[in-house]
Formats: sequence, C-alpha cells, structure tokens
Amino acid sequence: MGRVVVEVMPKPEILDPQGKAVVGALPRLGFTQFTSVRQGKRFELEVDGDVTPEILAAAQEAAETLLSNPVIEDVVSVVDATEVPA
Amino acid sequence: MTALTGARIGVITFPGTLDDRDAARAVRLAGAEAVALWHADADLQGVDAVVLPGGFSYGDYLRAGAISRFAPAMSAVVDAANGGMPVLGICNGFQILTEAHLLPGSMVKNDHLHFVCREQSLVVENASTAWTNQFEAGQRITIPLKNQDGQFVADEHVLDELEGEGRVVFRYDGWNPNGSRRDIAGISNARGNVVGLMPHPEHAVEAGFGPAGAEGPRAGTDGLTFFTSVLASLVSA
Repeated sequence: MGRVVVEVMPKPEILDPQGKAVVGALPRLGFTQFTSVRQGKRFELEVDGDVTPEILAAAQEAAETLLSNPVIEDVVSVVDATEVPA
Repeated sequence: MTALTGARIGVITFPGTLDDRDAARAVRLAGAEAVALWHADADLQGVDAVVLPGGFSYGDYLRAGAISRFAPAMSAVVDAANGGMPVLGICNGFQILTEAHLLPGSMVKNDHLHFVCREQSLVVENASTAWTNQFEAGQRITIPLKNQDGQFVADEHVLDELEGEGRVVFRYDGWNPNGSRRDIAGISNARGNVVGLMPHPEHAVEAGFGPAGAEGPRAGTDGLTFFTSVLASLVSA
C-alpha cells in the first residue's frame, strides 16, 4: 500500500491566528525559547499499489484544488511516504 | 403571508446549515415564495434567485465552505450565477461562494481568535447590486454578526480591483470585528448579481425580533431590504 503525504501551510503574508494562539500558550509550560509558531495541515493519501509518477501528479493536483485554497495557503510538499518493510 | 410578487427564491440547506429557516422566513416577509433546496439535488426547481444561508456546513472541515462547494446544487448555482441569477451568500454562504470562485478572496479565523456575536453597524458602499438596490449609497445599517472565521483576506491587487470596480458592497462601521482587509464586510461579482457578506440580514427582518433600531430595542429591520431589493431587481429584469 502506497502513501502520499501532502503538507499545506498558511501563506507567509496571511496572519495565522492558530499559530498565534499556540505561541501565546507555550510560555505557560515554560517553553520560552519559541518566538513564532505557524500551524499548517498534513494529509496522508493512501493508494492500492505503488506511488507512481501519475499518482504523485494526481496528488499534486488534488493538493492545489481541494486540499489547499491558493488565496490563503501554499502547498509546501507532496511526497511519496510509502513505508518500506524492514 | 402570501407571495405578492410571484417570485420564487431558493434557500439551500447543506449538512450543518443553521440559518436556512430564518432565510426562508425573510424571503416570505419580503413577499416572495421561499423554496427549500437540498445540497445533494442539482435541480434548482426553476427559482428566480438563491440564498446560501449561514451555519457550519460540513463542520467547517478542511476550510469553511470548502466541501460544500462540490455539492451538486452548487454546480447548478455556479451556472445560474454566471447566467445572471441573483445569489446571496450569508456568512458560511459567503465562504462557500469564495470557495466556488464566484467571489474572490477568502475568510480566515478572526484576528482576535474569538467567536464574535454582536449587532454590527455597516456602511452600504454599493446600492446598485441585485441585493442592495433599495438602500441608499452611504446608508448606515445594523444587522447581527456572528462568526469565527470572518476575516476577509485577498491580495492587494484583488483588493484594489474590488475597490476600483465598486465591488466592495458593505464595510464595517465603527469597529472592524474580525480584522477583515480594508474593513470589508461584503463584496459582489462584476455583474452585481452575486453578493456575499459575513453579517446576517435574515436575522433583522421583523420588528420585535431584530437588533436595536430607530424605534427601540429589537425593532431593527434593515435586513429585510436585502430581500425587497432582489424582488425589485427581478421585477425590473
């Protein structure tokens, strides 16, 4: 079974309110070293069989049309993340 | 109240829609027939206009409005809107219209991170759209606002284009409740038949049940003018 991982982040110029809330909460647990947090999304898409170039291309298209909104988000990576048996 | 005008206005219900019944009531109070439409049905039943009401369709999963955009009813709405049919998107309906690319920009979480619910003053910037033609340009109105993801964003080029073409239909007055760019509360497409806004006109349509108005508490009915406007535009069409 193959797996494609897609990562989506808010655009740098868009204020990320969720990241802002997280960075505000970190010092309450003593984590004072983190000055900024941005929160994105990770999608795991599974397929029967191997992740072919066609599958990756389809995942890229899905990432750009449904998984992200180009007005507010960037697709930062679409990668084959199939786990190889040890 | 009977439908005086013969106009039929559809209100689409998605899974998670909250304000469809209020929207239908507003349509009836304005003098039209409200037609209940279902998201999974591509048949718009020959309605003259469509309202996409507020709520949290599909639980706002992925992004607000992102899944609803692919509902069969929305394909029909996109075609009809491109043909000139009046479409009003309220709150979550506005979010669906941006996801469907009928309107530009998008909504992200309020800048202050809190859900906001208040009686909101707005300035009507464009009184010539299908949904605002019974207002005066520059008129101040008050209708309820309630949202979590209400911050309107778009890039500077798109914002300049909206301003230049008179497509900023409503601006927040007094206080910007969610950090929206340039205080924008609602916009239209180039033709003016598609309008989206975050505040809720359908909750301010009957004296005694609306926001504060000139006649006293809960007397405000500024929202009713959205619906009488679309009836006027249908009659003149």
